[in-house]
Amino acid sequence: MSTHSHAHDDHHGHDHGDGASHGTFNSYLIGFILSVILTAIPFWLVMDGVLDSKVATAAWIMGLGVVQIVVHMVYFLHMNTKSEGGWNMLALIFTLVIVAIAIAGSLWVMYHLNTNMMPQMDHEMIRSFG
Amino acid sequence: MFSNPDLLHFIFGRLSLESFPMFHEPILAVTFAGVVLGGIVVLGALTYFKLWGYLWREWITSIDHKKIGIMYIILALVMLLRGFADAIMMRAQQAIAFGDVAGYLPPDHYDQIFTAHGVIMIFFVAMPLVTGLMNFVVPLQIGARDVAFPFLNNFSFWMTTAGAITVMISLFVGEFAKTGWLAYPPLSDIVYSPGVGVDYYIWALQIAGVGTLLSGVNLIVTIVKMRAPGMSMMKMPVFTWTSLCTNILIVAAFPVLTAVLVLLSLDRYVGTNFFTNDLGGNAMMYVNLIWIWGHPEVYILILPAFGVFSEVVSTFCRKRLFGYSSMVYATIVITILSYLVWLHHFFTMGSGASVNAFFGITTMIISIPTGAKIFNWLFTMYKGRISFDVPMLWTMGFMLTFVIGGMTGVMLAVPPADFVLHNSLFLIAHFHNVIIGGVVFGMFAGIVYWFPKAFGYKLDPFWGKMSFWFWLVGFYFAFMPLYVLGLMGVTRRMNHFDDGSLQIWFIIAAFGAVLIAIGIASFLMSLVVSFIKREELRDETGDPWDARTLEWSTSSPPPAYNFAFTPVVHDLDAWADMKKRGYVRPTSGFLDIHMPKNTGAGAILAGMSLVLGFALIWHIWWLVAVSFIALIGTAIAHTFNYNRDYHIPASEVVATEEERTALLAKQQA
Repeated sequence: MSTHSHAHDDHHGHDHGDGASHGTFNSYLIGFILSVILTAIPFWLVMDGVLDSKVATAAWIMGLGVVQIVVHMVYFLHMNTKSEGGWNMLALIFTLVIVAIAIAGSLWVMYHLNTNMMPQMDHEMIRSFG
Repeated sequence: MFSNPDLLHFIFGRLSLESFPMFHEPILAVTFAGVVLGGIVVLGALTYFKLWGYLWREWITSIDHKKIGIMYIILALVMLLRGFADAIMMRAQQAIAFGDVAGYLPPDHYDQIFTAHGVIMIFFVAMPLVTGLMNFVVPLQIGARDVAFPFLNNFSFWMTTAGAITVMISLFVGEFAKTGWLAYPPLSDIVYSPGVGVDYYIWALQIAGVGTLLSGVNLIVTIVKMRAPGMSMMKMPVFTWTSLCTNILIVAAFPVLTAVLVLLSLDRYVGTNFFTNDLGGNAMMYVNLIWIWGHPEVYILILPAFGVFSEVVSTFCRKRLFGYSSMVYATIVITILSYLVWLHHFFTMGSGASVNAFFGITTMIISIPTGAKIFNWLFTMYKGRISFDVPMLWTMGFMLTFVIGGMTGVMLAVPPADFVLHNSLFLIAHFHNVIIGGVVFGMFAGIVYWFPKAFGYKLDPFWGKMSFWFWLVGFYFAFMPLYVLGLMGVTRRMNHFDDGSLQIWFIIAAFGAVLIAIGIASFLMSLVVSFIKREELRDETGDPWDARTLEWSTSSPPPAYNFAFTPVVHDLDAWADMKKRGYVRPTSGFLDIHMPKNTGAGAILAGMSLVLGFALIWHIWWLVAVSFIALIGTAIAHTFNYNRDYHIPASEVVATEEERTALLAKQQA
């Protein structure tokens, strides 16, 4: 069997840097508690109507959601700048860039369309020509 | 029983005798008869020659990346015939339907044909060609024994095939979408497209999309984790580099397509209002989202073709590729920039000047790295000892044709010009110019180049050259008239024209399509003739072109395990370097080789997905439930299958390698 696994290892034995890091009981516990807290706060904000403005509530929920994503990545997906020889970090940065482009771009494009295409805009234009 | 419409509706959903168009459309009746006859002949032959067991054991259940790659390409060639049949029907219709002549295709049918043509050519011809080549070549090029997840690879292939079969079913059961290949709402809405056409579109793409996404993940992991020792990123062959970037694009872009199609299906199935005209829906959001996927998609197709040209140019010019690192950086820059240009597909939708200017400029910027690549290939040819084999012909045809297509693309990138040219035949000419001149020529170059590696004999050069020249000349005849017509303001997707003075251009274009048909026939002919003459064309060295990368260091076809010993890489163009340093092939010390085992799970899961898709399209809800539960159940059951691997015994490796030693010795003697 040892020769078999050796032949197999030859094939995979040249990974780049370290593999994925592994979590401990404590790190999972911390991740779990943080996730619970970060989930409870948005419920509290909505159910008790803590903030007066709905926009502010929505913004807080979004923000806490982003923090929650980071908690999951660090504590459950074991991502750090070193894991998988830096590939994980590179993939994360690429993902963030693409998501930022898609969201920011879509908002910009759709905002422009709305301001240019809304019916009241047409009325204003007609009036300015008249 | 027939007196109970509720029961019938429960069992068959929307499906009824009316759903079978071959009973009332003569064109389809003839096609259907042909397909049934052909199908009976093929199935009969398979049964007569007792090939079912062989097919199941050696191909359908195979997790060998080489066989899966070959199956992808077979799928693409079959679908090419369907997509091209659509193309030539459109060309024939447009060449005759002027003034009082209505032509032979009613608008209802014509709309389905141009939609099917676009969907099939992109998703089921170009994508499988690209994925197939990457599957076959990448593991060999990086000195690996298979891809990272061999079962997933088989599953991906069968999901792609299930998507293709879904589109093909729409030909004879119901109808296909009449919306154009991206199915823009509100036209693709349930209000304006109440039939099953758009549902066929959605589920075909969703099923195939699973396969595409998983194969993207698979190839990224393969390239990142399984390269031979010594092959650092900057020593990877260019084709592997472009494959890596293509698969990164797939993984980043395809979820957007999946999400936008999910939103469209929610609109159609449960009455949400994401893209409807009222209740706050916004159809423009669909256009925006689908092009966030759609633009990277065209780079997903072209980057591997760029990789093929890089390999072909350096091999057939007997030189290292000029500007390897600039080639790599150009590829990476294109990967990023391809996400910053999507709005150029809808300049006319009504954004303001600042948005249009931004996307116009990013579009023009993307032509810079592409231009750098063209110069790299030209400088590789400069003072090279060029041999004009068929792959090199395709490459040179590409360089001329693609540059023309690229320049008309830069014209379209200027927003004011786009306002004139948008939705015209100029646009049609432009994207066929880059997709045929780039992707199709690239894939043919790749197929001819790697064919001897896959099958152990070269393709016959005479029919290869016939194919190339008919395609090249046919392309110019078919699409240059469309540039002219587009500049005159003729819009796309018309099935009838009033102005008789335009007819001559359409007749020229139809003539070009006939030339391309001869080109396709010549390619098929080259497969047949080469098979007959295979002993004459046999390659026993494994390196028939005196090429430069690792895949040429093994036998042709390679053994199941690819490499008896994992090669060690010291330089770019590893095999050229090994040959120069007088590499001696090891002939002893072989060990057992650990390999993954074949499994039918991929084909079975894909079959269930096909049934699920069909049931969803026709609203057969009981079948949806049954097939969905079966699908999930089978997937879970498969995870308990621990009998996944086996060892090729050292004695078998020794036998295979000694056979090759004898062949090589015969060569030298």
